[in-house]
Parts: sequence; C-alpha cells; structure tokens
Amino acid sequence: MPAVKQTVEHVEALERYQHGFITSIDQEFAPKGLSADIVRFISAKKEEPEWMLAWRLEAYERWLAMEEPDWAKVTFPRIDYQDSYYYAAPKTKEGPKSLDEVDPELLATYAKLGIPLREQEVLAGVQGAPRYAVDAVFDSVSVVTTFKKELAEVGVIFCSFSEAVREHPELVKKYLGSVVPASDNYFACLNSAVFSDGSFVYVPPGVRCPMELSTYFRINAAESGQFERTLIIADKGAYVSYLEGCTAPMRDENQLHAAVVELVALEDAEIKYSTVQNWYPGDPETGKGGIYNFVTKRADCRGDRSKVAWTQVETGSAITWKYPSCVLRGNDSVGEFYSIAITNGRQQADTGTKMIHLGEGTRSRIISKGISAGRSSNTYRGLVSAHPKAKGARNFTQCDSLLIGKESAAHTVPYIEARNGQSVFEHEATTTRLSDDQLFYVMQRGLSQEEAVQLLVNGFVKDVLQTLPMEFAVEAQKLVAISLEGSVG
Amino acid sequence: MLSINNLHARVAEAEILKGLTLDLPAGEVHAIMGPNGAGKSTLSYVLTGRQGYEVTEGTATLDGEDLLALEPHERAARGLFLSFQYPLEIPGVPAMTFIRTAINAQRKARGEPEVSAPEFLKRAREVAGQLKIDFDMLKRPLNVGFSGGEKKRMEIFQMAMLSPRLLILDETDSGLDIDALKIVADGVNALRSPDRAMLVITHYQRLLDYIRPDKVHVLAAGRIAASGGPELAHELEREGYDKYARAA
Repeated sequence: MPAVKQTVEHVEALERYQHGFITSIDQEFAPKGLSADIVRFISAKKEEPEWMLAWRLEAYERWLAMEEPDWAKVTFPRIDYQDSYYYAAPKTKEGPKSLDEVDPELLATYAKLGIPLREQEVLAGVQGAPRYAVDAVFDSVSVVTTFKKELAEVGVIFCSFSEAVREHPELVKKYLGSVVPASDNYFACLNSAVFSDGSFVYVPPGVRCPMELSTYFRINAAESGQFERTLIIADKGAYVSYLEGCTAPMRDENQLHAAVVELVALEDAEIKYSTVQNWYPGDPETGKGGIYNFVTKRADCRGDRSKVAWTQVETGSAITWKYPSCVLRGNDSVGEFYSIAITNGRQQADTGTKMIHLGEGTRSRIISKGISAGRSSNTYRGLVSAHPKAKGARNFTQCDSLLIGKESAAHTVPYIEARNGQSVFEHEATTTRLSDDQLFYVMQRGLSQEEAVQLLVNGFVKDVLQTLPMEFAVEAQKLVAISLEGSVG
Repeated sequence: MLSINNLHARVAEAEILKGLTLDLPAGEVHAIMGPNGAGKSTLSYVLTGRQGYEVTEGTATLDGEDLLALEPHERAARGLFLSFQYPLEIPGVPAMTFIRTAINAQRKARGEPEVSAPEFLKRAREVAGQLKIDFDMLKRPLNVGFSGGEKKRMEIFQMAMLSPRLLILDETDSGLDIDALKIVADGVNALRSPDRAMLVITHYQRLLDYIRPDKVHVLAAGRIAASGGPELAHELEREGYDKYARAA
C-alpha cells in the first residue's frame, strides 16, 4: 500500500526520463575504433600484468573471426565497431584513495541518481536503516567503492575489477572466464577483449556478507561503449546479495553496452543477484538514441546444494539482449530467475533465461513478467534443459505477458530439452491485454488513468517485486511507473 | 442532488439515450426499471464517464456542477459511486490495498488528509462484519476467484468504505440468492441518509422489496416512459414492460 501511494506521488514529480543529464567532466579517451593496439592501450592504462593482456588479445583474435548473432527478435542498423570509443575515464592523475579525492562533479552526479556513496550519510540515517556497500562505475572506470574496510574485517573482498587484477590475481586467474569463456558469444568475446572495469566480489567460506553489495553503472561520455566485467565468487557456505543499477544520459546516438557477469557458487553457497536496469530507452516517438544492451550473465552453481537467484527489472535500453542463466552443476543445486521486463515507445527486448540441469536433484524456477506498451516488442526466450545425469531435475516456469495499447507486441519462445526420463518440467504461460473494462473500473473508484495503469501493472508484477531486497523493491516499483507513463491515451 | 435534463447519448453510432430527464433529490432512493436494451446500463456509464459513451445533447449536474465535464476519477471524488453489474477482477492487488488506495486518491483530490491505518482497519472490520465478509477475503486479490455473490458483496463493501453521496446500483441483484440479496440490501439500506441519494437500476421488482424506493421510473427506448411510487414496480412485475416498449 504505501509503495503504491509512493509510486503515485513520485510519478507526479517526474519527467519522462529523469536521468538524462550529462555531467561535464574532463574525460580521457582512447582513440576511436578497435584494434589490437587499443586492447594494449586499455591494458596499459590499467597497469595490468602480462597474463591479463594475453587473455584480452586472445579474445580479440577470436572476436575478429566471429559473426554478430542475428537470431534474437530485435532489429537495428549494423553497428560500426570502428566508430566507437572503447575507453573513457574521468581524468585524474591517480585513482582516488578516498571520497575526498573524487571529483565533486562526479559525486554530484551520483547524488542526482540518488546513490548514497558517502558512508557517513548512510550511517547518519535512521537507526536500523538498511546499509549497502556501493561500487560506482562511471563510463569505464570504477570511481569509488564504499564500506571496504568493514567488509574486509569479515574477509569479504569487494573492489573494482582492475583492483582485483592487481591485488588478487590468483582469484581472478582462477575464476575469470570459467563461467563465460572468452569466446562464448560475439558480445562476450568483445567484452573479454576491451572490458574496462566492473566489480569483483569474493566471499570466503562460511561468511554471510553483512550488507547488500551494489554497483551503479553510468554511461556518460558520448559515442563510448561500456564494457564492464563483474565476477562474484561465493565460497563454500557463503552468502551474498548483490544489486546493480544502471542509467545513462539522453543522446541522439545509440551507445553500446556489452557487459559480462560471472557468478560462481561453491558448495552450499548462495548468491542473490538483482538488477534494476534503467538505461536511456531512446526517443519514445522515433526510437532514436538509447542504449544497446547486449549482456551475458551466467551463474555456475558449481557446488552441491548451491543456489543462485537472478532478479531483474528491465525498463530501459533501446534494445535488450540478455539471458541471465544458471548452470546447475552441483547436485541438488537451485537456480531461480525472476524477471520484469517493460518495453514502451519503440523499445525492443529479447530476454529470458537458461537453466541447464547437469547435477542430480537440481531444481529451477522461472517467473517472467513481460509488459509491452506503445509500439514496443517484448520477447521472452528461455531454455530449460536436463542432461542424462540430471536425474530428478525439476523446473517450474511461468511466463506472463501483459499488453498495453493496440500497437505493442509480446512473444514467448520457450525451449525445453529433457534428456532423461526422470525430470519434471512444468511450463505455464499467459498473455493478457490491460482491458478498458479494468481501467474504467479502477478509475470509477477515484484513480486517474495513469494511477489506474500503475495499480494494475503493480498487481501484475507483484510476485517478482517481492523477490527484490526491500528498499530496491520500492525503487523498482517507481521505475515501473515511470517507464509506463503516457502508455495509455 | 442529481439533475438530468434531455440527455442524449450514443455508443459507437447507435443512439441509446434519447432525451432522458430525471431529478433525484438528496435523501431519496429512485429505481430505474426497464426492459433489456432500454439503456439502463448506458445511463450508469454516461453518468460515471466511461470512454466510448458520447453525450450528444442535454445536461447532467451533481449539486449544480456539470458532471459531464469531469473525468471519471474526478466524478468519483465528488462522491459518485457505481456498483458494477459485472465487477472486474484485479489480479495481484489485495482488496484492502485497492480500497485504501481508492479512498486516499479521493481524499487527496478533495484536499483531505489520508486515512490512517488504524482508522481504516477499524472501519473495514466493522463493515466486513455487517456484510458478513470474511476478513481474510479482504487480503486476497480483489474479486479474483470470487463467486458472483461475493463480488456483489465486495461492491457494497467498497461503497460503504468510500462513503459516496450519489450511489448507482446497476443490477445489483443479478446472480444473488435470497440470503445474499438480504445481506446486500441491508448493507445498502444502512447507507440511506438525508444527504445521500441512490439510483437503483434493476430489471426485476424483487430487489425493491428489500430496498424500498421513493420513486420508480420506467426507462424504455432511451427515455423515462413513466414515473410513479413503489406500486409502479408491482404493476410492472404483473404486466411486464410491453406497453412501454410499444409506446416507445
């Protein structure tokens, strides 16, 4: 109830895309285009060891031989990979050692986004208020990571990816590319060659991470791609909950975002990974601008009884191409995928998940809620497979689509492969149109049309919102409301 | 309170209301009876502002204010409530959440403070008790999987909670057994007051044994064909609508 009310109030104070501001900061760019030299440039900028550069160069060689995939239900003009910047960073002589050294403009940017970087502000909050550690990534560079000290006390490593390469090479070497190999797919391969930064998390055996970890990504520089790399390892019996948020300014040019996220859960470990994605969706009328979000996210439930849950709220981007997946390798491991994907205006989303059952007694659960409004297209694409050894594998899938207006489209493309006779897969799917009858009924009770749409949509996505950490659920609910503004009319 | 004058309205290209005139003073209950297709539901939708119902001529005012110029939610905030013939299901939104959201939306529009949680809960328990609604039902998504009778009772529950001034009951008796009908009628009667007015739209006289109207109007072919006291309802029950339908 209060969340609905908050949504209603919040929306009244909002413009269409409120994060569309550009921060004027001195930026350092690599020359435009992509070549082995650019890969070397990026690696040198990050003062990387030789093995890291070698890894990148190998990925680059493989990428050259690959073709851009065309199987997703999205259409866009061919991307000229030579017409983009692959490295953009705020200009500072050295990496900031504390918040005081960070460009105040940058901090102001994050403040505008509502991200509490300053620990003292968080600490000064109401007693018992939730605290979460933040890693902020601005264009290609991790700007600041908070709460590091407190996390270090319990042995949790939470830092930028570049720092992890320098400080914890043994962990990075061991796990990097072990879930998403460099040549996994076109965009992951590109990322492997030119990734600039991202977050790294390691939770040692038996440790329950004492706070939510989160990363905020923001693309600011024009014509620059953002290629973050996130690697999270939960060692035996460890637990961590991680959230990423994303925004970008409004531009006329489409910008490419090709991230890779790898999660590793060892025996009895649990990782909860939540995403609230609000990249600029492009002009609602013409579809101009907006982010191309081509992301590879995969979790390896490597240990027995390990568990990974993906929750995503996807409201932004011109094009979304994304399938957070779980490889259920350990016996009795569990994979979950909860998704709200909203498209409006001219947005296109092709998103879903893969649950690969390899171990015995593995279980997975998929709840997908797709909402398409305006002239957008929203596709759920999912794979559930059980290999011969995955005896007793179970999956439950529920895919619901909600259509708003007369020009939107929804598609559901489920793939199911059971290669043993002892697996139980259930699939339920519904498609409904937000009816004029329902809208009028709610409006007759005193809600404006906009409020009525929000109430109905919030009801539709409730199952998924409930899986988000509390404070983000409220944020996500607001986002849902914002992204559907003007969708009925 | 409600004053309708020479109202003409059409749906798509068909003219359904053809010069309807009606005065409903505060404190009174008027019944609108008529054959199927006479325009009874159209009247309720025109008054509440449903899209697709186009007024081509005439006026409708609530305490002198032009009702037809207002959006549906603005009419609701002025105290207009329609008990739907076919209440809609609202998946994922608990009945309590729905009603509280509606109350607060209306209060906000009127510049009043929000209802407090304890005040709301207390009132909800009282009203639910009167209407013999299991309190747990209010925690379930509104109308989802409810029986026809439960849906109608939920309409009356919402009506009591929202405390409107002008109440329109559209075929509230349809789908109700005799026990449910009594409960619903008791709920409606409890809302009768000198500063409220009710328009009871019904096909059958049965409901009017429980909700006694001050006046009965016969709606036929888009206008009021006859008006009278409660005895008119009994006459219609005996003789049917034929003579009005023919006259039109």
